[in-house]
Amino acid sequence: MSDPVLIWSYLSQGPLLWLTATLVAYLAGDAAFRAAGRASWANPVLLAVMLLALLLWATGTNYATYFEGAQFVHFMLGPATVALALPLYDNLPRVRRAALPMLAGLLAGSSVAVLSALAVARAFGIQGPVLASMAPKSTTAPVAIGIAEKLGGQPTLTAALVLLTGIFGAIVVTPLLNMLKVRDWRARGFAVGVAAHGIGTARAFQVNATAGAFSGIGMGLNAVLTAIIAPLALHLFGG
Amino acid sequence: MLAIILGFQLAGEVISRALDLSLPGPVVGLVGLVGACILRPAVAEAIRPAATGLLSHLSLFFVPAGVGIVAHWDLLRMHGIGLTAALMASTVFAIAAGAWAFTLVARLTGTEEPQALKDLGHE
Repeated sequence: MSDPVLIWSYLSQGPLLWLTATLVAYLAGDAAFRAAGRASWANPVLLAVMLLALLLWATGTNYATYFEGAQFVHFMLGPATVALALPLYDNLPRVRRAALPMLAGLLAGSSVAVLSALAVARAFGIQGPVLASMAPKSTTAPVAIGIAEKLGGQPTLTAALVLLTGIFGAIVVTPLLNMLKVRDWRARGFAVGVAAHGIGTARAFQVNATAGAFSGIGMGLNAVLTAIIAPLALHLFGG
Repeated sequence: MLAIILGFQLAGEVISRALDLSLPGPVVGLVGLVGACILRPAVAEAIRPAATGLLSHLSLFFVPAGVGIVAHWDLLRMHGIGLTAALMASTVFAIAAGAWAFTLVARLTGTEEPQALKDLGHE
């Protein structure tokens, strides 16, 4: 039998180990999510991320090494975004009918997301590049990073804030909108897509197909609007 | 077919970069694919199995980037309380404002959908 250290050093070089670990962690997270009766606090993304973070810490693996394996999974975000075309197409007549409510929801959700984030951060004395990194955190990651770069923010910090926003939004949306007695699946999905981008959209698809379709639209539209709103809002808060 | 989806993503990336759009390639590809489905409904049926498969595992694809939060932990901890407060408050406000504005305007314009209501009675 070979020395386990040699096997480990072989595996830690290639993408197989961390690709497998990512899939297994997700399966475990998804199983826990189902076991918890699809409760929003048992978010499968959060559970898988925590499992993998523990594993990286325990094995002394850095993120760059991990990402070499996980990049194959990460790559699928692009095609999955394009695939949102299907639910959008399937719901086209309903989407057309809901044009005005969507416009209202977009303007309200998008501007509140940017303005309240900057106002609260400012109140805690955050300014400069960190404040600029905060501004686009409700949009989908590639757009947010582009906006943050233009505003003089730190792209890596923005990426982390975008993901935290998505996970928090996905966890909070169901209890929050139940408490506010919002029953319209279209409104529920659209609002979480605007405020919590793709991770919110993933949550919406887990719960209801209509919510998922409208969430995808909310995410796409907010990417456009935030690119316009964020620089204006940051100027307002003297970023 | 996954090839159609990847083709639209590729076209989206090319258009986004060539025209220097603020929209990322996949979002441009999404818009293009909806257009193609409208012009040729057969396209929608061709992509249905692949698209449904991708969307049913949407959560999985965020995991590698999510692990990146750990890589930026020191940066996040440095501004911990302020960033956490801003992030949580703004997300709650934005979801509430968006959903509320949507339902209000749906009521005002008479575009409510009785069949798309969540049953809150069983919570």
